[in-house]
Parts: sequence; C-alpha cells; structure tokens
Amino acid sequence: MIAQFFVLSQRGDNIVFRDYRGEVSKGSAEIFFRKVKFWKEDEEEEAPPVFNVDGVNYIHVKIAGLFFVATTRVNVSPSLVLELLQRIARVTKDYLGVLNEDSLRKNFVLVYELLDEVIDFGYPQTTSTEVLKSYVFNEPIVIDSARVPPLGPASMFMQGTKKMPGTAITKSVIVTEPGGRKREEIFVDIIEKISVTFSSSGYILTSEIDGTIQMKSYLTGSPEIRLALNEDLSIGRNSSSVYDYRSSSGGAVILDDCNFHESVHLDSFDVDRTLSLIPPDGEFAAMNYRMTQEFKPPFRVNPLIEEAGQLKAEVIIKIHADFAPSVTANTITVQMPVPTYTARCFFLSFTSLLQHSPLCFLFSTYKVSFELESGAVGETADFKEGAKRLEWCLKKAGFSSMCFRFILFHGYFVLLFFKLFVRIFISLRKMLQIVGGSEHTLRAKLTFSQESHGNIAREAGPINMNFTIPMYNASKLQVRYLHIAKKSPSYNPYRWVRYVTQSNSYVARL
Amino acid sequence: MAPPPAPPQKSPSPSQPSGKSEVSDLKLQLRQLAGSRAPGADDSKRDLFKRVISYMTVGIDVSAAFSEMVMCSATSDIVLKKMCYLYVGNYARCHPDLALLTINFLQKDCHDEDPMIRGLALRSLCSLRVPNLVEYLVAPLGAGLKDGSSYVRMVAAVGVLKLYHISAATCLDSDFPAMLKSLMLTDPDAQVVANCLFVLQEIWNLEANKSEEASRERETILSKKIVYYLLNRIKEFNEWAQCLVLELVAKYIPSDTDDIFDIMNLLEDRLQHANGAVVLATIKVFLHLTMSMTDVHQQVYERIKAPLLTLVGSGSSEQSYAVLSHLHLLVMRAPMLFSSDYKHFYCQFSDPSYVKKLKLEMLTAIANESNTYEIVTELCEYAGNVDVPIARESIRAVGKIALQQYDVNAIVDRLLQFLEMEKDYVTAETLVLVKDLLRKYPQWSHDCIAVVGNISSKNVQEPKAKAALIWMLGEYSQDMPDAPYILESLIENWDEENAAEVRLHLLTAAMKCFFKRPPETQKALGAALAAGLADSHQDVHDRALFYHRLLQYDVSVAEHVVNPPKQAVSVFADTQSSEIKDRVFDEFNSLSVVYQKPSYMFTDKEHREPFEFSEEIGNLSLGQESVGNAPRYDESDKDLLLSTSEREENGGPSTNGPAASGYSAPTDYNSSLVSLSSQTQSEMAISDPGMPKYTSQMTLAIDDLLGLSVSAAPAPPSLKLNPKAALDPGTFQRKWGQLAVSISQDCSVSPQGVAALTTPQALIRHMQTSCIQCIASGGQSPNFKFFFFAQKLDGPPSFFLVECIVNTSSAKAQVKIKADDATASEVFFGLFQSALSKFGVL
Repeated sequence: MIAQFFVLSQRGDNIVFRDYRGEVSKGSAEIFFRKVKFWKEDEEEEAPPVFNVDGVNYIHVKIAGLFFVATTRVNVSPSLVLELLQRIARVTKDYLGVLNEDSLRKNFVLVYELLDEVIDFGYPQTTSTEVLKSYVFNEPIVIDSARVPPLGPASMFMQGTKKMPGTAITKSVIVTEPGGRKREEIFVDIIEKISVTFSSSGYILTSEIDGTIQMKSYLTGSPEIRLALNEDLSIGRNSSSVYDYRSSSGGAVILDDCNFHESVHLDSFDVDRTLSLIPPDGEFAAMNYRMTQEFKPPFRVNPLIEEAGQLKAEVIIKIHADFAPSVTANTITVQMPVPTYTARCFFLSFTSLLQHSPLCFLFSTYKVSFELESGAVGETADFKEGAKRLEWCLKKAGFSSMCFRFILFHGYFVLLFFKLFVRIFISLRKMLQIVGGSEHTLRAKLTFSQESHGNIAREAGPINMNFTIPMYNASKLQVRYLHIAKKSPSYNPYRWVRYVTQSNSYVARL
Repeated sequence: MAPPPAPPQKSPSPSQPSGKSEVSDLKLQLRQLAGSRAPGADDSKRDLFKRVISYMTVGIDVSAAFSEMVMCSATSDIVLKKMCYLYVGNYARCHPDLALLTINFLQKDCHDEDPMIRGLALRSLCSLRVPNLVEYLVAPLGAGLKDGSSYVRMVAAVGVLKLYHISAATCLDSDFPAMLKSLMLTDPDAQVVANCLFVLQEIWNLEANKSEEASRERETILSKKIVYYLLNRIKEFNEWAQCLVLELVAKYIPSDTDDIFDIMNLLEDRLQHANGAVVLATIKVFLHLTMSMTDVHQQVYERIKAPLLTLVGSGSSEQSYAVLSHLHLLVMRAPMLFSSDYKHFYCQFSDPSYVKKLKLEMLTAIANESNTYEIVTELCEYAGNVDVPIARESIRAVGKIALQQYDVNAIVDRLLQFLEMEKDYVTAETLVLVKDLLRKYPQWSHDCIAVVGNISSKNVQEPKAKAALIWMLGEYSQDMPDAPYILESLIENWDEENAAEVRLHLLTAAMKCFFKRPPETQKALGAALAAGLADSHQDVHDRALFYHRLLQYDVSVAEHVVNPPKQAVSVFADTQSSEIKDRVFDEFNSLSVVYQKPSYMFTDKEHREPFEFSEEIGNLSLGQESVGNAPRYDESDKDLLLSTSEREENGGPSTNGPAASGYSAPTDYNSSLVSLSSQTQSEMAISDPGMPKYTSQMTLAIDDLLGLSVSAAPAPPSLKLNPKAALDPGTFQRKWGQLAVSISQDCSVSPQGVAALTTPQALIRHMQTSCIQCIASGGQSPNFKFFFFAQKLDGPPSFFLVECIVNTSSAKAQVKIKADDATASEVFFGLFQSALSKFGVL
C-alpha cells in the first residue's frame, strides 16, 4: 500500500507532502527527483513511471508539469496506483478549477483536506468529487484563469467558437458564480485522438482512433441523463480480421471495443445505443472507445525529398485538408527531421490554395524567397539533443502580411563539432488555421556540408504532424440527443455537446 | 491568502537560522492569539496555521511550536482543527511527550456530536504513532466501531490497523479483529466492509507466521462464504474497493468448475470498466481461476485482448505503460495468440521511449512466419529514427527475430542494408547482430563478409561492435583479403584501445588469422602477444601468456585449440528462466510485471505477501498448513521441476556440461578460464563463441603445458550423486527444519567468481553440471542466496541440503550443509566445494 504521496514542482520543490505509513524515509522526494532528473539507465532518456530504488518503489505521473508521486515498499498493483494518482489530480482540478503549480501552492491546505479523505493509511478510500464535497471546508482560492495557459483537451474551445463559455472549463465544483446562483450546465465532449501512418507512397499503413466521451457536470440534484449514440453503432469486430478494411460497410460506425464509467447503466444500450447515467460531479470519462475501422484521415500529407545537384536537395511537403470548408483546424505544426549534415535550409515558396471556401476567388499564391544567416538565435524552448530546429511561424493578419521566422540553433560551426548528435528539424508552425478543402505546399532547398550516402530519404523524415480540429470527428460517432430528466417544467439546463479531433501520431514516411 | 512560498524553500535544513527565526516568530504570534476570542481571530489563526503547514511541507522543522499549536487548537473552526490534526500527526512521533498534550482535546473531539469531527479526531488519535499513548486509543476505537455514522466506522476500522502497527498485542488483546470480522459481514456501508477487509487481511498476514490461529483466520477470509458474500455486493463497492475484493478472489480456490463459471459470469462486465486497475484485477481472477482448464484459459486470453488494448489507448502514457507491461507478459507467454494483432504494437510518434521499448520487445516475440515481413519492415523504419536509443533497440529487435526464424533470407539483406546507412550507431548495432547471426547461420558468411569487409574499422568505436568486427576478421580471415592488415593496424594502436574486451578479441583474432594466413600475420601476432604480455589487465595478460606458451609447446595443438571446426549455435541461452517467468505470472497485476522479476528480488522480506514464493524456504509455512492453496503450489512445483529437466535437456549444445567434471586443479589459470566460460554461458554472446566448447581441451592442455598434476583435487569421490534428483519445495523445507547442520563453513570467492556471478543463474547452471540442483535462489548483487540439494545415486534415498550465501562485494561465501546421512556429509562437502571452486568460489 502507498507509504507516501507527494507533489513536486518541475524544479523538485515539495508542494504537497503526505506521509501515510511512516515506512519510507522523509528524503524520498529528493531521491525521486534526482533519479528522474538524471535518468540514463539503459540509454533511455525518460524515467519510466515506475521504478525501484533500494527497495522503495516510486510511482509517478506527470500532469501539468508537476510530478504526482506515490512511494511504497509493497508489491502493489501499478495500474491501481497510477489510476489513483491520475484521479487525485483530476479531483484536485475539480476543486481548484485549474491545476498548475500556482493553484496548488495557493490551495495546498485544501489539497491536504482532500488527501486526508482520499487515502487512509495507504489504502484508497474514495476519489468521488461528490462524496468528497462533504469533507472539504476550505474555499478554493481561484487563480485568474485568463493568465493560465490552456490545459487539457477541452481547452481548445476557449479560443475558437464564441458560443462556448470558456470559463466553465476552469470552474471549481464548489465555488458559486458571482451572483450566488450556480449555472446549471453539462458538457459532453467527444474527444478523438487519431493515429495514422502513411507509407512513402501515400497509402495508409495503420490507422486507429482512441476516443473518449468526456463529461463535466454542474447539474444539481443529480438528475438522470440519457445520451443516445448512432443507432447503427456496432461493437466488436471479428478479432481475426483486425485492420481488415474491406469490412467497413456503408457508413456504419464499428468500434473495436469500448469501456464505461461505473456510473453508466447499459440496460438499453444493446437495444437503442443509449447510455443512461446520473452524472457524478466533476470531470470523468463516461465512455472510452477504440476503432481501427477505416476512416478518412483529415489531412493527406505528401512529402518528397529529392537530390538536386551536388550537396543539395529539395524538400516538398504538400498538405491537403480533406474536410468540409466549414471546419477549421488549428494549432498545426509539421515537423520533418532532415539529414544530420544539413548545413542550411533555403525556403523556395509557400503556397496556399483555397478551394471551395468563400475566399476561393482569391486564389492566392505567395512566393517568398529569402535566406537567413545561420547562427541566428531564436526563442524556441525545445533544446532536446541540441536540436537544430527550424521554426516557421505564420501569423494571421488577413492575407496581406505573412511573417516568417527562421531559427537555426547553434549554427554551422557547432554543427561541424557535434555532427554526431545534432538533429535538424524543419518545423512549420502555422498559427493560421487551415480551412477544410485547402491545400498547402512548402518547398525548401537544403544545402549539405558533406556528400550524402546515397539514399537521402532514409536519412530524413518521417514527417510528423500535430493538429487539433474542433467540431470534427473522424469516427462519425455522433450524439443523437442528450436528454436530462426534468425536475420541473422550467428546468432547462445548458447542454454543450462538442466534438474535437486531435493528432496522436500522424506520421508520413519518406 | 497565499503562504509565503519563496524564501524558506531554499533552506530545508531545520538548523538554518532563517528557518529558526521564522519559527520563533510564529510561536510568538500563535501565543498571542491562543486565548483570543476577538472577532477575526480565527482568520488570523488560519493564516498562521497555513504558514506552519507550508513550512512543514517544504521540510522545515516547526515542531518547536507544538505547544502553541495545541493551545490554539481549542476552536470550533473545522478548517483550523484539520490543520492542527495534520500538524500533530506529523510531529507526534518525534515528540511523544508533547503528543500527550493533544490526547485530551482529541479524546474530547471523539465525543463531539458532529460525526465528521468524531471521525477526524479518531483518525488523528490513531495517527499519532506513539507507543505509550496506546492505552488512550482502545476505548475511542471500540466506540468508533459501533458508531452510528458510517464515516466514523470507516475511520475506526483503519484505526485498528494503525493501532496494530503501534502495538500488535494491545490490538489483539482488545479483540478488535473479531469485531472487524463481524462488522465486515454485517455492515450496510460498503466502504466500511472494504476497510474491514484490508485491515483483517493485513493483520492476519502479519500474524500468520506467529500463530496458527491467525493463519486459520486468514484461510477463512478466503472461504467460499466470505468470497461470495463480497462478490455479491461487488457493485456497491467503489472502484478501489472492487480492486481489493478482486485481489482476494484471485487467491480463492474454487471448489468445482461451476464455481469458476459463476464467478466469471458475475465479473464479466468488470472487464468493461474504465478504470484499468479494476480490469487488470478482474483479468487476474480469470487467469488464475482457469489455470487448470486449458481451453477456457485460451478463451480468456481472447476475451481480454480487446479491453486491454482499449485501456492502452485511453489513459495517460503512464497508465498505458502499466497496461502494456501486462500485455507484454501475456504476449511473452502466448505469442501465437497475438500474432494477428501485431499492428497494435507499432510505435507511435508520441509514445515515450519506455513504451516504445516494450512495444519493440513484443513485436520481437510475436514475429512468426505469417507476419515477419511486415514487422521487420516496420522495425527497419525505426532504425533511421530520430530517437537514437529506439533506433538501436529496433535493430536489435530485427536481429533477434532473425535468430528465432528459420527463413532469415530477407532479414539478412535488411541487416546488410543497415550497414550501408553509414550511421555509426546503426553500424555498431548491426555488427554485433551479424556476428551472432553468423554463429547461428554460418552459411550466410559469404554474403555478410562481403559487406562487413567494406566497413572501415575507424568508423566503429563502440567496444561491443569493435569486438564483433574483430571476431569476424579472425573467424573469416580467409575470405577477407585485407583482414591481416586491418588487424595489424588495430594492433598498432593497442595502447589506445581502452576496452579489455576488444583487446582480448584482438589477441584471439590474431591467432586465428595466423593459422589461416601465417606469412601475412606473423608480425602482427608477435606484436599482439608482446603488447598483451605487457598489458595491465589480468585477463588480457593471461590470455596472451597462454597463447604464447601454447605456441611454444606445439603449434598444431595451438591451432586445434584456437581454430577448431565449429558447430553452429542452435539455441542461444535464454536470459530469463521459465521458472522466473512463471513466478511473475503468478504475481499478475503487481509491480513484478513492470520490473519483469518476481517480488522477492525487489522487496524486503517484511513487505512481502505471504503467498508469494519466497527464497527463504527455511521459515515458510506454506505447503503444510495452507490446504486451500495446495493445488496451486503443486502446479508451480511441477513447472519448477519441468523447467529444470528442460534445462538439462537443452543444456547440451550450448553449455560445456559433462566436460566440467574434467576440471580439477583450482589454479589461477583454471579458474580464470572457467569463470570466463561460465560468463559466456550466462551472457550469451559477449565472449568468443569458439572458446567455451573447447575450454576443457584447453585446460587439459594447460595442465600438461605447465606440468601440473591433478593432485590438488579432492579425494576421488566415493559418493555418486543422482543426476536426476528431484525434491519438492515442501519436502525440502520440512527436511531443512528437521535436520541439524552437519557442516558449516565460510569460503572466499575469487574475483573471477565474483565477475561471473552477475545473476544467480550462472552459479545454478554451473552446479547442475555437478548433479547439484538448486531449489530456490534469490537476491541481487551483492547478496545472493541459494538452496541446493543433491541425492545419493545408489542405496536408500538420501538427500543433502545446502544453504549457500554469497556476498560478492566482500567476496565471501557461507555454506551450510544438512544431510539425511550425516556421515556422508563430509564427502559431499568435498564434492560441493570442488564444484564451487570450479566456479571460482574457493
């Protein structure tokens, strides 16, 4: 059972420390932090979530830049402890509204109150936000959420569509709104993480969707709600034919498997695909599902790298947004490692082609050619492996001005010395949203410091793409309706049903 | 109000002056507020208390303010009370005298009308951890267990466990366990039931060693009645309590197959739970229940695949790591069952490296005729990966697949392509693999050598890769035109070569090359031997001297020793015995699975579950009493025996089994060579593969060479041991308990022995060659513990039992022998000692 629980900041300071059993020495937080910080065992760069030092097992999760750690001397179930740590973080977030170092430091007494009830003598007692409410007497000190960088998958709603009340995401379950009245509302988010691997010829090698129906309820009086999904939804495929794309038949959604939160009743699920539940307070995943059925990937990525004369090569990355023009994707980055001996990169052009969009008459083509001194230093924080990162940032300001930043760390000379370790990326970060139906092309010329070994394609890539697409879901899983049992005729709480698709691993090989 | 976080953080030491002045300042302010009834006093108290707690959190010793805190605790403000309880709980243990101050107000709070306060006070009272205050605990606990509020009963149940840990006698004398048991079976609140359950489990587990009654009680918790009672209420429990119950059910021995199916049907829907811990606990129940039913066991595997894969995708990367570790275990046990699911184990861009590593191992295990092509293609993509450790790992994975497949045609091509990539780490990894591959499939030498010959040795820096390259240069020098010249240039740079491993290989390769192309190599060999003789590394020096004398003695014998006809290696030794794997499987859903080793290797004795198979056979009580558990242990015994006999059969080609009896004189030469060969045995591929098989010949040759007689050996054994001796752990343990120690002696271990004993398996395997079987072993460097046994071959069955404790850091070994026939123990000890000395334990 758990001997201690503590939360450490990124710098290794104790923010919260609770010793439940007195079996592990007080210095454990320091031992843990040193071990994680200087993890080099087995060539791995990152400490695994579970490790053992001198008979003490350290189990941790990293959330919002903080380490949530449990120590124990007993041979516990690792997933139980990891789930528990994750749940403690979620409960804390429910109470504080926002989970980060600042909010924890301001509210550590409240966190101690929670920890007292969540674990007793190392045994988990309850992690239900609702049950815990009666034991928590501290008022949370709410930190200004506007200054907080958005966290978690639901946060993208805050920037995008105006109709979403952004503050609700960071609302504490026990703080009443100014005006004394709590707003009755429930959020249902269908969040899908998609993984696609394209072969060098553009075929889909693997594709998978990991989805979650996440709920966050601020309803009082625990009304029963019913959530209806696609009627033709079917679950479980012939296990022998996983990844058999032929079996995808006209539009029906076929999930490989799914699991449910314990509050969900599945009495009528087999009949009409309806989940009924009395949502507990706070945030929880009502249903998780997994799908390997064929689906249309939101982006087609066609990368190309070609030798163009001695010590030179040309890179062309073409991205086609394969979704409706009414949908826009945001926070897009495209990364491509280029050969280690690349000395310079020279952009030839960046082209955006908008089709089917209201702006299509603009048929805009921008050609930009410039070259920057290598050695120019930028402000990118990512310094892994002394990475040479090329960041291309595009700010939206109508379509009139575009800003290119070309950042090359270290520089040519350093490259000569650290040739063995240095990796170069081209990354194209677009603040501009990509509108459905549009096509974007990046062309760049690379100059090498030495002769290539023949096959450049093997030395570069693969391309990885990160993106978020609100109001889009790749699986076509839909919420047909969300019904809340009415307490009175005038009772009409707000209901938010939102879809979002995120990249988990979106890779195109060269 | 924010606690002041900044200044004190940097000075966690209590002796820091800044901390001290802060504390005295706090004391002063607290004292001023103590009696205050002024409005707003509670608010200022809150602020002060918060500061105290924040200091406590960052590690500043604020125990000096203890009496002031207690003075301020007379309040009705529950927030203040809670902070005070937290403070008191933290410092009471180191200030038992001050803790007495708190008893009064805590006891008073235990009678408060608010159940919340009663519960909180009771919890704090039990958390003081002060032995001489135990008398104050009994009455409130007794009352708490009968309290009308479920919250208080919940707290009281855990309180009993806290009391037990402070003073076991008080707890048992007050008859709390019996009260908990009745509470567990009657209480309407599920959490109270769950708390009673884990408290009883922990108490009886700890008591079981001491009293028979306790171990009987422990059995009753596993009785059908209680298990079914808990199972029927499973939905009332919250997810954590469900895990607890499921963990219990996994230990339950069903009475018949109906029983099994009832439980499985009842728990079927638990597999759809979103909490991974519940799902894994359920899977453990299913796997353990169906252990003896092969068909159903297979069905269970099929059934659990989908939920596990869903869990991998749904949680954070830490959670998926825990689930993947379990999938890894299952894949390793039944790779066939997962052979069509290989795409799920492809690495994703966002996977952390610890996840990728697991996935690569799984892909390696799953690869079979039907999917090798796809898997190897995928792995080759990773080889050019940005993430260098993963790229290396993938190349190794390709190599492993090549070694386990029959159709390696395509894979060899791929490996050779790696060499053309000209990335140093890729080349390095590939060279090591090509070497192993050639040892197993010499028929590929032609293709490989052509490519390897093109590699410039200057581009290879890593010792392992360099050693592999040099091995190939020596082994195939007839096919590589410039082999002698490459070796020559390497020998010229002898002094710059830091790794002894490389220098050893260089010596051997020079020898091999010399016999194949004498005129070209003679000069280089001379230089190598001279450099070797002057080398400061013992092994290098010894090997050079050995070659030197061997050449002086007879060149043709030398050729036969260094360049004998070789057999291809058919199976490389498995790093982990199947016995270990079975034990890890028995401990499903625990840290053992993540670490991939059984719990006795990483937990202290007192924290082990009593059901776990311990290396400490001597004081284990399993087998005799735990009737209920008998079937399971029979099974693991069978496995244990099976695996030993298996090992005996497989041992043939790769170990120098029977030849070992040829060794005798424990000279320096001998033991260094022997430990070298056992190292090769244990670590697969680090040393020259040509050597181990011929060590026996070599040793003989040395004996002749140095003119040593075999007189140093112990008297010719009049005792013959049964090579197929068998003894089950239960009997061993009983005998160990019954028999007296007939011989006890300390020995010292030679450095070579220490070096060879990186894992217990090395010694176990070695002893098996002398007909001495190991029944249990354990420990981690530097302490290893072994239990051996042997049986007299003829005459009435007579066993010898040995306990052997080796400490590699102090280079000492302690041997205790017990024997059925004490008169023969002297002779057996001679045998045992000579067997040990061959390993390097003198």
